Amino acid sequence: MANFSTNEFKAGLKIMLDGEPCNVLENEYVKPGKGQAFNRVKIRKLISGKVLEKTFKSGDTVEGADVMDVDLDYLYNDGEFWHFMNNQSFEQIAADESAVGDNKKWLVENDACTITLWNGSPIAVTPPNFVELEITETDPGLKGDTAGTGGKPATLATGAVVRVPLFVQTGEVIKVDTRSGEYVSRAQK
Amino acid sequence: MNWKPSAEIAEIRARAQLLTDIRHFFSAKDVLEVETPLLSQATITDPFLFPFTTDFSSPFATQSQTLYLQTSPEYAMKRLLCAGIGDIFQICKAFRNEESGHYHNPEFSILEWYRIDFDHHQLMSEVDELLQRVLACLPAEKQTYQEAFEAHLSIDPLTADLSTLKQVATEHGFENIAENETDIDVLLQLLFSHCVEPKIGQDKPIIIYGFPASQAALARLSKEDPRVAERFEVYFKGIELANGFHELKNPQEQRERFENDIAKIKHLYGTTRPIDENLLSALENGLPDCSGVALGIDRLLMLKTGASHIKDVLTMSVSNA
Repeated sequence: MANFSTNEFKAGLKIMLDGEPCNVLENEYVKPGKGQAFNRVKIRKLISGKVLEKTFKSGDTVEGADVMDVDLDYLYNDGEFWHFMNNQSFEQIAADESAVGDNKKWLVENDACTITLWNGSPIAVTPPNFVELEITETDPGLKGDTAGTGGKPATLATGAVVRVPLFVQTGEVIKVDTRSGEYVSRAQK
Repeated sequence: MNWKPSAEIAEIRARAQLLTDIRHFFSAKDVLEVETPLLSQATITDPFLFPFTTDFSSPFATQSQTLYLQTSPEYAMKRLLCAGIGDIFQICKAFRNEESGHYHNPEFSILEWYRIDFDHHQLMSEVDELLQRVLACLPAEKQTYQEAFEAHLSIDPLTADLSTLKQVATEHGFENIAENETDIDVLLQLLFSHCVEPKIGQDKPIIIYGFPASQAALARLSKEDPRVAERFEVYFKGIELANGFHELKNPQEQRERFENDIAKIKHLYGTTRPIDENLLSALENGLPDCSGVALGIDRLLMLKTGASHIKDVLTMSVSNA
């Protein structure tokens, strides 16, 4: 992998730091009138998700990270791995628990997900912004409540729990924003 | 096209007022305004400043001549001082390559002034007076470089050795720099700019003086403690605003500093720079006892208007000039 100098650090560049691939978020130039120039760089570690600041001497180089995002369809979970497929080439990739993380609760069969690959292996799975899931369990709401004030917890087919309005019932399919984990609406029929 | 000025009209007006205030300040003190060339045949030897160069094609020469855009008016103004001009100030443009960011534009405005028979403490008082006048701020506090390091990092910058500084830098998350660094001053500059500067001069300006002799630049060394230079810097609200010297007069010592700088440039970059022989000749003729300071006008205007990026006080920054 190529090396990158601090003056190539732009938002989105993927570099290696402490053995972990990272995404550059911001790059700030710091220089005393007399003396060495530095670049103070804000970075997100792609495996731990940690955001941190790192300072480099201007002109220092860092190894690039072989990181790419691919859009793949989610197929199924075999108990250990989550399997995804490229629907053009039919090539399949399996992601483990550490890559899927909390997002496993948003994986819906045949949904297109973004898989982040580092050296060809999945390190993160990002579901679509909106998914549709069936409610498997929720308390029956009071009849006639349509305003949805207060809401109630509902368990979805994947095990995710979201707050839904009182009028939404078990067996219905709802639309959820995976970034906030919030109910959006009943699914369009 | 991105044709619009990056500063608002209000900021452009604020600059005009600031320049007027500065000129009144100096005219009341009988300090003469001067103008010196932006283009010069020689340049500074500071290894961490990168001058722009251009080519002069003379109608009387077959080969073009390399000229440098000034990084500050210091050398030319010192030649005027050696010629006996007396107290002077200048408001001019300066140019520094490789510099761009929240507080840097490769072309920027400098206020630089020299006071005969002032030591650096007298000049610090005058800088303080000017800041109170134009920013309506509180009087500046003063602290030595050593006190600042002791207060914020619990180390003595004048005695700490390389391994101590590496250890302190590592403890503050700079292990990637500390690991291979062999230059004590780079580590001091790293620690100062990242661990001291953000914590000082927040409510009122602070003047830090007594920089290590290794960072003397063009300041004379203290007679009482030759480990420190009679150099000061002014900081306010996280902005480095000014740098001043009790000026070095000794031409031989000045030549040695230039040669040391050039050796460092060769070591770091494998290149070289010419020495400004005109400046050295002037020093040999005799520089009066004096102190001088350079202050960033754009940054002063940022403080005055509350701007967070230098482009907000420039009519056009390098991104759309």
